[in-house]
Amino acid sequence: MKIVRPAKAGTMESNDIYIMVYPNENGNEIQLDSIVLKQFGNQIKKVIMDTLNELEVENALVVAKDRGALDYTIKARVETAIKRACE
Amino acid sequence: MRRSMLFIPGNNPSMIQNSPFLGADSIILDLEDAVSLDEKDSARCLVRNALLSLDFNGCEKVVRINSISSGFGYDDIDAIARIKPDAFLIPKATEDDIEEIDSLISTIEREEGFKLGCIKLIPLIETAFGVEDVFNIIKSSKRIVAVLLGAEDLTADMGIKRTKEGEEIFYARSRIASVCAALKVDAIDTPFTDVNDFEGLRKDAEKAKLIGMSGKAAINPRQIDVINEVFSPSFDDINWAKRVIEAYEKAKMEGKGVFALDGKMVDAPILLRAKNIIEKAKAIGLIKG
Repeated sequence: MKIVRPAKAGTMESNDIYIMVYPNENGNEIQLDSIVLKQFGNQIKKVIMDTLNELEVENALVVAKDRGALDYTIKARVETAIKRACE
Repeated sequence: MRRSMLFIPGNNPSMIQNSPFLGADSIILDLEDAVSLDEKDSARCLVRNALLSLDFNGCEKVVRINSISSGFGYDDIDAIARIKPDAFLIPKATEDDIEEIDSLISTIEREEGFKLGCIKLIPLIETAFGVEDVFNIIKSSKRIVAVLLGAEDLTADMGIKRTKEGEEIFYARSRIASVCAALKVDAIDTPFTDVNDFEGLRKDAEKAKLIGMSGKAAINPRQIDVINEVFSPSFDDINWAKRVIEAYEKAKMEGKGVFALDGKMVDAPILLRAKNIIEKAKAIGLIKG
């Protein structure tokens, strides 16, 4: 999927994650801010990257502000943001 | 067993992941009224991933889709039916909608290799026409396992005031309860909207039970305990039912068709009521099977 416009999904509420997606020049890139960055930062990044790969996204900048989201929420919000960015 | 069915907004991760542990028999993940128009896609995706990932702790997983006429309903069915929820709740259900949705789900069940008919339907009756047509609506699909009365929309449709006492929905409740009993599906009562009035909730639930409703929808987790209590057999009921069945067994041994308990005649309908109480108590876990 090709990112053609900036898009966002999710909220800043507890247990959610706010995802912003932008077109990128050189592959996929993640900028993460999380209340549990030290403990789960790598796992959150992995879920985001796995979701991008699953959707066959190659050039996206993902800016994520995490409020303690579980994996299913991270995946859902990334999927939604990507679909909105590709429409 | 659907004593309590709890509505949960479909775009709220916090409420979704806590919902299986609140004591409700069924969780209704709502893609319709609880989700704004510009977040329908997001809620659909979140509910889909939640159903794929979370353990719902034995609760029935129901998804309220948007109506077919809204334009969102088709996408809801296509995304959610493929991960096999227990049931769909269909807003403002009509015979035509149910037939079309049944057919769409059948196609998906075949494509996904699911057992045909495994996804159930619960029509939401919330128009005057729906109340009058409820018999035909239930008959329009073998997937239907329950009917839910939506009194807020119903009273709006009829142009009448909705009150706490609920006299205005006596007919709708009675009709739905009677038709559901005739067609052997559950009759689920409308939610009680004052989430801070537990005495009012209890009275409302007891009124619905008296008429024949088998459960009640909840819009707040704090309503679940009262609803479950009202729609469960009491210990007095269970003790009475046990005594009836014991007396029946004894009379049968003695070759008697009709017998008396506490000075009152016990015949087939009373025996059936006692057996139903025992079955319900077993299903809830109040007595061992």
